[in-house]
Amino acid sequence: MEKLITIYINGREYKVEPNQTIMQAADKLGFHIPRLCYHPKLSIEGACRVCIVEVEGAKSYVASCAYPVNEGMKIHTNTQELRRARRDIVELLVDNHPMDCHTCERDGNCELQRLAASMGIRARHFEGERKQYGVDVSGDSVIRNPDKCILCGRCVRMCSEIQQVHNLTQAHRGFNTVVMPAYNMPMAESVCTACGQCINVCPTAAFLEKNYTQDLFEKLNDPNLIKVAQFAPSVRAAIGEAFGLEPGSNMEGQLVAALRKLGFDYVFDTQFSADLTIMEEATEFLERVQNKGKLPMITSCSSAWMKCLEQFYPDLIDNVSTCKSPMSMQSAVTKTYFAQKLGVDPKKILSVAAMCCTAKKYEAARPELNVEGMRATDIVVTTREIAWMIKSAGIDFLNLKPEEQDHPLGMSSGAGVIFGTTGGVMEAAIRTAYELYTGQTLVDIEVEDLRGLKGVKEGKVLMDGQEIRVAVAHGLGNACKLLDTVRKDPGRYHFIEIMGCPGGCVGGGGQPYAGVNSIPLDEGALRKRAQALYDEDRSKTIRRSHDNPDIQKLYKEFLQRPGSHVAHELLHTHYKQKFPKGIVPKSSLQ
Amino acid sequence: MSEITQEKKDELKAFIAECSQKQYPDSYLIAVLHKVQGMFGYLPREVMDQVADMMQIPTAHIWGVATFYHYFNLKPIGKHTISVCLGTACYVKGAAEILDAIKRELGIQVGQTTEDMLFTLQEARCLGACGIAPVIMIDDKIYGELDAKKVIALINQYRKGVQVA
Repeated sequence: MEKLITIYINGREYKVEPNQTIMQAADKLGFHIPRLCYHPKLSIEGACRVCIVEVEGAKSYVASCAYPVNEGMKIHTNTQELRRARRDIVELLVDNHPMDCHTCERDGNCELQRLAASMGIRARHFEGERKQYGVDVSGDSVIRNPDKCILCGRCVRMCSEIQQVHNLTQAHRGFNTVVMPAYNMPMAESVCTACGQCINVCPTAAFLEKNYTQDLFEKLNDPNLIKVAQFAPSVRAAIGEAFGLEPGSNMEGQLVAALRKLGFDYVFDTQFSADLTIMEEATEFLERVQNKGKLPMITSCSSAWMKCLEQFYPDLIDNVSTCKSPMSMQSAVTKTYFAQKLGVDPKKILSVAAMCCTAKKYEAARPELNVEGMRATDIVVTTREIAWMIKSAGIDFLNLKPEEQDHPLGMSSGAGVIFGTTGGVMEAAIRTAYELYTGQTLVDIEVEDLRGLKGVKEGKVLMDGQEIRVAVAHGLGNACKLLDTVRKDPGRYHFIEIMGCPGGCVGGGGQPYAGVNSIPLDEGALRKRAQALYDEDRSKTIRRSHDNPDIQKLYKEFLQRPGSHVAHELLHTHYKQKFPKGIVPKSSLQ
Repeated sequence: MSEITQEKKDELKAFIAECSQKQYPDSYLIAVLHKVQGMFGYLPREVMDQVADMMQIPTAHIWGVATFYHYFNLKPIGKHTISVCLGTACYVKGAAEILDAIKRELGIQVGQTTEDMLFTLQEARCLGACGIAPVIMIDDKIYGELDAKKVIALINQYRKGVQVA
C-alpha cells in the first residue's frame, strides 16, 4: 500500500490514500458530495459541475469527480458561497427543463428533481430557454425525448463504454447540443439494440421505454379476451424495489397474486419456458457436438444481444442457437398447446409478458416470431410498468398473500429460475446437457465459476471424458470482447452464454429505477437480485429442467421430443444480418 | 465537385491508410474530415460511413465531431462560397448592410445555399484585411471597400462566370 497522505475536509484532518479523486476520498469519509454526470462504472465526464468543491489555493472551484487529492490539500464541501454556486448550477439546469414534473413519467423517480430539492431550490430566478426538439417514438422499445435532456452524457457513455453499441453521441454544441444517434436518425433505424440501459442511467426522462400500460389496462377490461400472463425470473427479484423493499426481495407469490388481481385469467411463468428452452438448447448443443456442427454454440435468449449479433457479428449467426427466447417460446405454446387444451381460438388469447427488459418489446414485434400468422406475445411491459400498474390499480402489493402460478405452463425447476442472472442459462444448460449426454445425474449442479459479476467468465465440464469449455459474458461490451476472441480462436470454447445487460436480466433495462440512496446498476443491488434467484433455485426440490413434470407432460402431449418437427416449428427461429446506418464497423468482416 | 467517384474514394482510402500509420491514428479524424470536405465540398453521409468503416470509428462519434465544428458542411454547398466579414472593423464600416443586401439578392440566410447551387452564404470573423474594410471573401479571393451596391455588382459578375481581380 502506498503511503497515506493528509487532507483536510471542512477543517478536519484525514489520512487518505493517494491516487484517488476528492469525490472518492470524500465518499469513504462519509461526505456525499452532490453529483450528476458521475457514475462509478463510466468514464469521468466532469460536465455537470454539480460536484464542485473549494480547494484552498485553486483559482476556482474544482469538479471533485475529476480532481485528485494531494498532500496537505484543504477542501471545503459546504461553504455558503459554494452552496450558492452549486445551487445556481442545478437551478440553471432546471430552468432549461420543461416544467411538467406532474405529468412526467419520472415524477417522484427523477434524479434532477431530487437534486433540486436537496440543493434547496425553492424559487426560479431565471426563465431559461426551453428545448423543443420533439419526442422520437419510432423505436419499439426506447423513446428518446431530447427536450428533457440535461446533457449529463451518462447515456452516451453507457451506450459506448459498457455496451459498446456506440449508438448515441452528443451532436452540435453549446446550448444546441443534442444526444442523438448518428445523422439524427430515428431510433428505429439506428443501431440501438433496445437494451434500455440509457433509460437506467438517465437522471431524467430523456429516455423511456415505450409504455403499454394504458393499452394493457384497456385489454384487461375486455371480457371477450382470455388474459394470460407470464413474467421473467428477474421481475420477481426486483419488483419489490419499486415498492420500497431492499434489492433481492423475492416477490414471486405476491406478483402472481397481483397479476390475478389486475385481471389476468391465467398466470404462467417464463421460468417454465426457460426449462423448455434448456430442453431444446441442450439437445441442439449435443447434436452439434456429436455431429460436428458449428461450435461454439452461443445462446439466443437475450433480445438486445440478438440485435447486436445481426448488426455487428453477422459472421457468427450460424453459431447462435436457433432457440427462441423463453418469452417467445412461452407465448408460442400458450397460443397453440394451451389454446387447444382450453378448446379456444388462439386469437382470443391475450398473451402478455412482464419483463425486466425493454428489448423484449422489440423482440415481440419481430414478424418471424409470429405463430400461425398472429403475434405470439401481444404486449410486453417492463418491471417498472407492471409495478406502476399494480400501484395504479390500488393493489396492496406488499401485503398480498403469495399465490402459486397456474398449470400447465407455470411450474419451473431451479434451472429455470437462475436464467435471470449472468451465468444462469449456462449453468441450467449444463445440468441438463450433462445428463442427456452421459446418462448420469450431475451431482454438483452449482457452477461457481460461472456466477458473479466478472465481465467474462470461463468454466469447464467433463462429460464422459470429453472436456466442454464454456464461457459467459454479460453486458454487450463484455460480449464484444468475448466474441472478438471467438473470431480469432473459434476452437477455444464449445458453448457460450451472452446476456445483453450488465449482470444479466437482473440488470435489465426495464428494472425499477434507482432509489434515493442508490445508483443505477449498483453492483451490490445486482448481486442481491441474483442471490434471490440462486436462493429460490436452492429451495426447489426440482432443480433440473428435464425433471420438471409439466415440461415432460408438454413433450408427451404435444411437442413429442426436443428438436422434433413441431418443436422446430414453434420454438426455433433464424436470424439475418441487418444493415442499419451508423453501424459500428468491424473490419475483420472484410 | 460533390459527386462521389471511385477515384475520389481511392484517394480518400490512401489518405486514411497514411493516417493509420501514425501514432494515435484516431486523432486524425478531423484531418480526414477536412480532406473529405476538400474533396466533396461537404461531408456526404455515404462518405462518413466509409470513413467510419476505414478508420474503425463509430459513425455516431464521427457525427458528433462533424456537427460540433461549424466549419464542416453537412449539406452540399454552392459553387462559390461567400463569407461576409462581421469583424469589428468591417462591422463599423457597414458589414451588416452588406450582409442584408446579399441575403436579399440571393434570397437565402446565412448557412444556406441558393437553389441553383451557385452560392453559399457564410459569416466570418475578421479576414485580416481590416485596412480595406468592409470586406467579403468569395471562395479564396478577398474583395474590399464594398458597399451594398458594389457587392450586388460583384455577385452578378460571378453569375456571369467572370471573376474579378
